[in-house]
Amino acid sequence: MLTILFDGIAYGMLLFVLACGLAVTLGLMNFVNLAHGAFAMAGGYITAVLMNRMGVPFLATLPLAFIGPAILGLVLERTLYKRLYTRSHLDQVLFSIGLVFMAVAAIDYSFGSQQQLIQLPSWLQGRVDILGVQVGLYRSFIIVICGALVVALQLILTKTRFGSRLRAAVDDPRVARGLGINVSLIFATTFAFGSGLAGLGGALGAEILGLDPTFPLKFMIYFLIVVTVGGTTSITGPFLASLLLGIADVAGKYYVPSVGAFVIYTLMIVVLVLRPQGLFERAR
Amino acid sequence: MSTNIADHVRSSLVRRGRWGIGEILFWLIAAATLYFLPERHLILNEIAIIGLFALSLDLILGYAGIVSLGHAAFFGLGAYTAGILARDGLADPLLGLGAAAIAAAILGFVTSFLVLRGSDLTKLMVTLGVALVLGEIANQASWLTGGADGLQGITMGPILGLFEFDIFGTTAYAYSLTVTFLLFIVARRIVVSPYGLSLRSIRDNPLKARAVGIPVNRRLVAVYTLAAAYAGVAGALLAQTTQFVSLDVLAFHRSADVMLVLVIGGVGYLYGGLIGAIVFKVLQDVISAWTPQYWQFWIGLILVIIVLAGRERLTERVRTLWKGVAGRTAKSPETLPKTSTREV
Repeated sequence: MLTILFDGIAYGMLLFVLACGLAVTLGLMNFVNLAHGAFAMAGGYITAVLMNRMGVPFLATLPLAFIGPAILGLVLERTLYKRLYTRSHLDQVLFSIGLVFMAVAAIDYSFGSQQQLIQLPSWLQGRVDILGVQVGLYRSFIIVICGALVVALQLILTKTRFGSRLRAAVDDPRVARGLGINVSLIFATTFAFGSGLAGLGGALGAEILGLDPTFPLKFMIYFLIVVTVGGTTSITGPFLASLLLGIADVAGKYYVPSVGAFVIYTLMIVVLVLRPQGLFERAR
Repeated sequence: MSTNIADHVRSSLVRRGRWGIGEILFWLIAAATLYFLPERHLILNEIAIIGLFALSLDLILGYAGIVSLGHAAFFGLGAYTAGILARDGLADPLLGLGAAAIAAAILGFVTSFLVLRGSDLTKLMVTLGVALVLGEIANQASWLTGGADGLQGITMGPILGLFEFDIFGTTAYAYSLTVTFLLFIVARRIVVSPYGLSLRSIRDNPLKARAVGIPVNRRLVAVYTLAAAYAGVAGALLAQTTQFVSLDVLAFHRSADVMLVLVIGGVGYLYGGLIGAIVFKVLQDVISAWTPQYWQFWIGLILVIIVLAGRERLTERVRTLWKGVAGRTAKSPETLPKTSTREV
């Protein structure tokens, strides 16, 4: 029981790291980016390829799994995404679906369609017994890293100058621009950072979520659930939403496997219908 | 003054309702392919079905401005309804079509209340969620749907008791084309009616539409239900003519594909879906003959390019070109303020 809770929390934390970049994209520029999962996949593949083909140790690949997608995100943002901020949501959806299709086929072409397996270092394998609860070492590792990231993000958002500028830009880009805040620079930075986090999440999650070319499509819905249920104006909303989602998903698959993902989708619809602005947000 | 405006609107609608030469030609050519391209009937059948599916999406997206990422829900429900009926001995195709349309319409009616709420993003998510829930149900209820193995053992009776389905797909194509054509006529009649006009005003500005007394929600529920029924019929056609249904009919990529089809053809006019279906299928055929596994990449690239190049500008240009060819530009003064093709 507690083990399931623990696994659920680890899963939820992972989802949060994967999805929080999307929360910012959606909240800041109101951009529906369905291709967010592609950045996560990029991170995952960077780790998998570095480890399996070049023998780089797992931990050393993680920074690269962050930097690679971040650069990719920055380049794409400056060249392509930037043009679509003012377009309709339909255009954004079509554009990002196009990107997903391309990413899926490109990865399939370069690495094959099989699942990518990564070999965790031995000190991260196995389980230990803490107070009678079976705890997976790798999952604890994920919880520690993601927990640290969450705290860091929260501090950056609330305590730093960049954070307050970002929040100002989220609330009202026009006024923020009028106050001399370089909104497009902030957005490019945040987009890159969000993509990097997604990449890191993809790398960390390769073991738990599985990594194959259809990754962006499989998990797109999860990211969107986190963001829409959690709301986009704070970081705590998506965080709580991803924890809930993680626990519900793990518990659901364990206790009622026949129902499957059904519960989550239904819950999402109910939440969206009752509280379209997100579960943890005051109505505006 | 008010009667004057009413007259203007009426005459404008009547003019819009007139069949142009190009349109008649389009359907004549479609009918001619029955005789001239006998070896292509299987793919033409698919084109007709996808065209009808895209047409149904156009009704809600192009005319009412409802974005949907889960239109496959209705398509899939229609396919499964028709398929299950046929498997269990009710092999009459038209009965299957009717049942599929009703089932999909009921689902559309019920879910329309969910879809009407919230922003574009909420709509995307809810429609996507509905399709996913349906896909999950079809996957789990394998006693009814065959689950991941697909629905097997469909045998169709002859259409109207007269025409047996043949292996070359000729009957199937004629059947799909006829159904698509008849439903197209109905849709065409609807969009040039005052009701269709009110939908367009809702799309362009829901607030204003409400202010001039259009019952916005009722109109949207109605068109969503109608579009769902259309999609259900398209799904039923696929199930009946291929005699197989798999979970694929409810998959996300089907919703995405139909959107792509519509976007290629152009959103907001009825031929968009049909033309898009032709272009899409031909492209898919050509690309997958060239690189069978990775055709998705090129489809994605096309999508990205279309969006970046400006979707509206492309279709607008083609349309003016087309009008020039049909020679109808000269004598159609714009009495109504021109409704732009912008949606959402």
